[in-house]
Amino acid sequence: MKDTLKVTTPTDREVVITRVFDAPRALIFDCHTKPELVRRWLLGPPGWTMPVCEIDLRVGGRYRYVWRHADGREMGMGGVMREIVVPERLVQTELFDEDWTGGETVATLVLTEKVGRTTLTNTVVYSTREARDGALRTGMTDGMEAGYARLDELAAGMANDTFQKE
Amino acid sequence: MVQDQSKSLDRVFHALAHPARRTMLRRLADGERNLSELAAPLHMSFPAASKHVRVLERARLVRRRVVGRTHLCRIEGKPLADASGWLEGYRRIWEANFARLDDLLDELKGEGKKR
Repeated sequence: MKDTLKVTTPTDREVVITRVFDAPRALIFDCHTKPELVRRWLLGPPGWTMPVCEIDLRVGGRYRYVWRHADGREMGMGGVMREIVVPERLVQTELFDEDWTGGETVATLVLTEKVGRTTLTNTVVYSTREARDGALRTGMTDGMEAGYARLDELAAGMANDTFQKE
Repeated sequence: MVQDQSKSLDRVFHALAHPARRTMLRRLADGERNLSELAAPLHMSFPAASKHVRVLERARLVRRRVVGRTHLCRIEGKPLADASGWLEGYRRIWEANFARLDDLLDELKGEGKKR
């Protein structure tokens, strides 16, 4: 059974992601904190790899991620570990190099396990409502682009139909 | 009511049907821009850009406010949310990430059993 991802915006400055995994939480915690594991899944849209992934897993320790696209674009972010409770809770600050989120955000990862299945909840708090909406919109425009590609195909198909009728 | 909704959807899709207007929306997704800033990368005259912005305004995708001689435009979330799902792109990125995480977890569980 495929588990669905839930994205909610409970307050003006928050985005919450929830997802159930068919695995014990210790493994999921490792996948968030061991660089050799993180770089295998935290990649975003197709075409991106993660050449830099460094994590100093101590309270006050820094982490640094850099993604690179096949076309040469790069995107980096990093922050500080604020709270570490193995294997259930991780609080870290996040700041993108381009700062498109209008200042630092704070992400709280909580993992709860029930008979071998784990619920992951990631809460990101933005500095302002505008910052949050901006971050969501950035994702939205990417999604829209994919939507347009389909719309273009549809339109092309309709145009062909019209020609055939004539 | 249903007719009203379909009319507004028609306006949204009409507005989205032009590549210049999509480019404008992408720029506005980063924040408020004035008309010249929207026109320049498209190599467009001010009046031509203004016409496109008017189509976006009619679809309620963009709101324009005039400050002195500057026309400031900003994106409006609601109609796009109705048309395409406000969180869709964000969700898509995380779905892709978590699908990869599922595979990795399966692999790690397999290794655990072998040991």
